[in-house]
Amino acid sequence: MDQTAPLGITPDPAPAGAADTAAAAVTVSHLTKRFDGVVAVDDVGFTVRRGATVALLGGNGAGKTTTLSMLLGLLLPTSGTIHIFGHDIATERREIVHRINFTSPYVDLPMRLTVRENLTVYGRLYGLRDVKGRIAELAEDLDLGDYLKRPIKKLSAGQKTRVGLAKAMLNWPELLLLDEPTASLDPDTGDWVRTYLERYQAETGAAILLASHNMAEVERLAGEVLMMKTGRIVDTGPPRALIERYGRRNLEEVFLDIARGTGSGGAGNAV
Amino acid sequence: MRSDPIIDRPRPSAFSLRRIGALVLRYVYILRGSWPRIVELAYWPLVQLVIWGFLSNFLREQSSWVAQAAGVLVSAVLLWDVFFRGQIGFSVSFMEEMYSRNLASLFVTPLRPVEFVAALISISLLRVMVGALPAALLAIPMFDVSIFDLGLPLFAFFANLMVMSWALGLFTISLLLRAGLGAENFAWFIIFLLAPVACVYYPVTTLPDWLQWIAWSMPMVYVFEGMRHVLFEGTFRADLFFGACALNLVYFGAGTLTFLWSFRVARDKGQLLQIGE
Repeated sequence: MDQTAPLGITPDPAPAGAADTAAAAVTVSHLTKRFDGVVAVDDVGFTVRRGATVALLGGNGAGKTTTLSMLLGLLLPTSGTIHIFGHDIATERREIVHRINFTSPYVDLPMRLTVRENLTVYGRLYGLRDVKGRIAELAEDLDLGDYLKRPIKKLSAGQKTRVGLAKAMLNWPELLLLDEPTASLDPDTGDWVRTYLERYQAETGAAILLASHNMAEVERLAGEVLMMKTGRIVDTGPPRALIERYGRRNLEEVFLDIARGTGSGGAGNAV
Repeated sequence: MRSDPIIDRPRPSAFSLRRIGALVLRYVYILRGSWPRIVELAYWPLVQLVIWGFLSNFLREQSSWVAQAAGVLVSAVLLWDVFFRGQIGFSVSFMEEMYSRNLASLFVTPLRPVEFVAALISISLLRVMVGALPAALLAIPMFDVSIFDLGLPLFAFFANLMVMSWALGLFTISLLLRAGLGAENFAWFIIFLLAPVACVYYPVTTLPDWLQWIAWSMPMVYVFEGMRHVLFEGTFRADLFFGACALNLVYFGAGTLTFLWSFRVARDKGQLLQIGE
């Protein structure tokens, strides 16, 4: 494995050895998913190191959510392997499932239950020793105190996003998978959530894998970006390096270059 | 972010009553927050009881068969309701997770499919108690029929009907996992498909020969035949009891395997993320 690669990802990992996978939070190798002949993820490989934030960037249908779903164990790969904290999730998922969590706008919490009830149920599912105490902490951290007693169905989109984040933080995840974590949030709340994530990572050393369409968010949070297109990783690198390599002003322009097949950046770190 | 985050984390146990309890608690929250749901649980069993109770009173004067055993029809309707409520309770609790697009969040936690099934069983039992018990108690003053007079055999009948209802529930939720909420109505009508051959209100000998073969392949028939034996002859037929147990073992085992297979297919096709309203 390339030890000189920047913090975050190591492109094109070899089949993971025990020492490599133990040092990494996530090691994905030759991951492929086909749905009835349609290739959604095509021979993808990358590594996310502990304490790093890596962003999956790509248009709709690029394979970001499919990749995250396979990492979560919600979707079975057609081929390839995923190691999380050194454990192959195909055979040892139980070893690591309590150390990861996720949030996604495509997944809801039970609408009739209040925020507190939802968090209590999930706190128990994660086996927390002090569920009440953890909810109190998260209510303070994520400013949920005013609506802990409110049913989810009566919350605004932004409030729901915060509750989803609280659910994702319940078990102090060492690996956090975030699918568009600030979708439908106003700029102020979005910034507030990003600050929270930065603080969480600084305090816990958690690894974060983020799928987002928000380029400013990716530029701010991610140490490395995996650019995806039609199921493949077509380029990788730190946001700044990608911008410079493509001769663009920001990541959004790089994204458009890659999505439209224009520009001169080339796949410098293509994997 | 203050408390002790990432230390001392043993891997989750293979089977956890706490995780099962968490899902039961989720259902209790739903019930607690909606009194119409509690009323709805008890409403139909009570309506059924009243209709069949009056019909029973009428038939007792007209039919020597009914007159021989007071309460045969009322006992049958109460036990049938146990079976019906058990299956519906199991399946509807699963549909609640589909309606709220919650399956993905649940199965990202340490919750295992067998624990999920155990939770559905517990919730189904809870729903049956809330729904059927008031009707059983009301039958005593209203129609002078106590199903509890069946004594210990009542538990044998109850247990066998519940297990069969869960087996049927497992097949139903397997179909829901495969076909999505489009198959929702199946959960409601499957039981009525079985009702004619379940021989709830009449002996199995009433059926044509070829249909009796089908009837004897279902545990409910053994239960209702056994109930009639207790009421008419005053004897508990152990052969019928063990027949029901053996068949239940087969159906419940097959239902569990079918569910686990459907769950794996759902993970392969990404349905845990997509399923919902």
